[in-house]
Amino acid sequence: MAGNKGRGRASYTFNIEAVGFGRGEKLPDVVVKPPPLFPDTDYKPVPLKTGESEDYMLALKQELRGTMKRKPYFIEKPEEKPDIERYSKKYMQTYKEEWIPADLKSKNAQGTDKVSSLINAADVLKKIEELEKKGDGEKSDEENEEKEGSKEKSKDGEDEDNEDAEQEDDDEEELEEENDYVNSYFEDGDDFGVDSDDNMDEATY
Amino acid sequence: MTQAEIKLCSLLLQEHFGEIVEKIGVHLIRTGSQPLRVIVHDTGTSLDQVKKALCVLIQHNLVMYQVHKRGVVEYEAHCSRVLRMLRYPRYIYTTKALYGDTGELIIEELLLNGKMTMSAVVKKVADRLTETVEDGKTMDYAEVSNTFMQLADTRFVQRCPMVHTPENSDTGPPPPAPNLVINEKDMYLVPKLSLIGKGKRRRSSDEDAAGEPKAKRPKHPTDNKEPIPDDGIYWQANLDRFHQHFRDQAIVSAVANRMDQTSSEIVRAMLRMSEVTTSSDAPFTQPLSSNEIFRSLPVGYNISKQVLDQYLTLLADDPLEFVGKSGDSGGGMYVINFCKALASLATATLESVIQERFGSRCARIFRLVLQKKHLEQKQVEDFAMIPAKEAKDMLYKMLSENFISLQEIPKTPDHAPSRTFYLYTVNILSAARMLLHRCYKSVTNLIERRQFETKENKRLLEKSQRVEAIIASVQATGAEEAQLQEIEEMITAPERQQLETLKRNVNKLDASEIQVDETIFLLESYIESTMKRQ
Repeated sequence: MAGNKGRGRASYTFNIEAVGFGRGEKLPDVVVKPPPLFPDTDYKPVPLKTGESEDYMLALKQELRGTMKRKPYFIEKPEEKPDIERYSKKYMQTYKEEWIPADLKSKNAQGTDKVSSLINAADVLKKIEELEKKGDGEKSDEENEEKEGSKEKSKDGEDEDNEDAEQEDDDEEELEEENDYVNSYFEDGDDFGVDSDDNMDEATY
Repeated sequence: MTQAEIKLCSLLLQEHFGEIVEKIGVHLIRTGSQPLRVIVHDTGTSLDQVKKALCVLIQHNLVMYQVHKRGVVEYEAHCSRVLRMLRYPRYIYTTKALYGDTGELIIEELLLNGKMTMSAVVKKVADRLTETVEDGKTMDYAEVSNTFMQLADTRFVQRCPMVHTPENSDTGPPPPAPNLVINEKDMYLVPKLSLIGKGKRRRSSDEDAAGEPKAKRPKHPTDNKEPIPDDGIYWQANLDRFHQHFRDQAIVSAVANRMDQTSSEIVRAMLRMSEVTTSSDAPFTQPLSSNEIFRSLPVGYNISKQVLDQYLTLLADDPLEFVGKSGDSGGGMYVINFCKALASLATATLESVIQERFGSRCARIFRLVLQKKHLEQKQVEDFAMIPAKEAKDMLYKMLSENFISLQEIPKTPDHAPSRTFYLYTVNILSAARMLLHRCYKSVTNLIERRQFETKENKRLLEKSQRVEAIIASVQATGAEEAQLQEIEEMITAPERQQLETLKRNVNKLDASEIQVDETIFLLESYIESTMKRQ
């Protein structure tokens, strides 16, 4: 009875005036999306302080950033071994002071040896490949160029060359197989025997 | 640690120490104290790398270690210390203002290297100073040592905790991590060294020009084979003392703005007198009598005793309550109230933020609610003399940004909304925390934007660096104007324009970071002092 007084009509449980706006007044629209990333502001920000001390601190800050990068405390991410060792890399390295405490030094030395030995092995393999190619004629030259071309493309980071990379892997496997059969061990046909005599002088290890 | 703080720490570590150190540091900040094996396992980096990264972090006082039971050593990172890296330029500039170039370089070396022995610092600073001075003159070690001792006396540098050698030397196997202790009285004790020597000027052939090939790096000549006299005594910069200095500076400038120059000088004299007698986190200074203050005013200020007394009375009666009167002996005992001073500064910061963001009428409402503590909607409109609609709009805007909060006072136990008072109030501590969090986010955004801008124009920057190197080398071998002109034209006019814009933007972003850091300092000091009092 008393409760049905407002049947059909919306009524609030509290005094609507207290909240601050009257009944039936137009309320702002309901927001259905997140606020904009860079909303317009009514008041623009105050300009930065300028002066001698601010300029000096700015110069200091930028200088410190540069200095920190050159200190031995800045540990760079170890980069993956590049496909081809660039000649210029040797001369563009920045040298940092030795800082590593004594008990970590030995591990570092081992690490560099491994890397350098890997590079040497890659060089050796390449040398062997090239020497082999000279004997095999044009076809292998094309293969070599194709391989180097695909290597360069992959270096530029284009992902379309996944197939080329696979091809390159296949090529490498084939070529490496041929390298494993170092000439003196495998007699397969007259051509091999002929070439091996010529190459024996250079390919002794 | 809030997400914003962690992100900021990650950016700072990455900029200063590289990605590996950043990964380890952020992992430690996120997960708390961890032993070495767990860090290696969770971050997926090799043991070698983790050890190196931890070395760097411990050297720079960002990570501490502790031996727990069963001999496990755990490492813990200090997020707040990492955030201090933003403030390094301010520390260095302050030292320059107080102790000149020598002091500036000493603090710079200590901040860049974390911990150093006194002899190493003196040697490096002397070398650096010698380079800036003209040919023929060198910097004497004694001068640098003097400045270092001054810094130690005023506590701007302190000794690091040292290895503790117990009385009985053979107590079985050595502990897994050294136990570092430092005595209070030893902390500022400078070892007796006789450092004799002069700074060495680096020969110009040793300097690396960008891109010049160097086949072999000349081995560092180990000139002094004798052992370093103060081996094991390492020094670090005392950041708390710097913060004390900044706080004093802020109070003095606030008084100068509110009253006049003379009163700020009086306050400065009072602060100087209590520098060494009061610890950094005390709420009040020691009471100072008016006679003492009169005696220690700077020589140039000749104000009479009565004028000084009048000023002190004025300061003590000021509603801001920076200075309080604690007694009447000795012509009146006065203290400086740090808690209230920091609270006033934080409140002023909040008011200024509201004024710049929402307008001066909002600021009026904010100050009103601050003064009256609790106000109803209707009362706000009446007191502020602002029409109802606008007042409501402004209050809700501030409410949505959490500067103002609502306090419910129910009339009936069932908390019915129609029978409840809703009062607007300002809780300064929580508003300050919210603003601090926003500051951290701002600095993160600034750093990210700066890195983005630099990355976008990386190619152009590299090109301009190469051109500069070419110009430098061509000039060194003697070239004509025409050649230089030709080389300079390698960078086209629109590219030059782009470089100018980039430089301007990066400078603006850097300057903004430094200034946001000032606000961060004020808010952090206020929050820290309030939490200590509770």
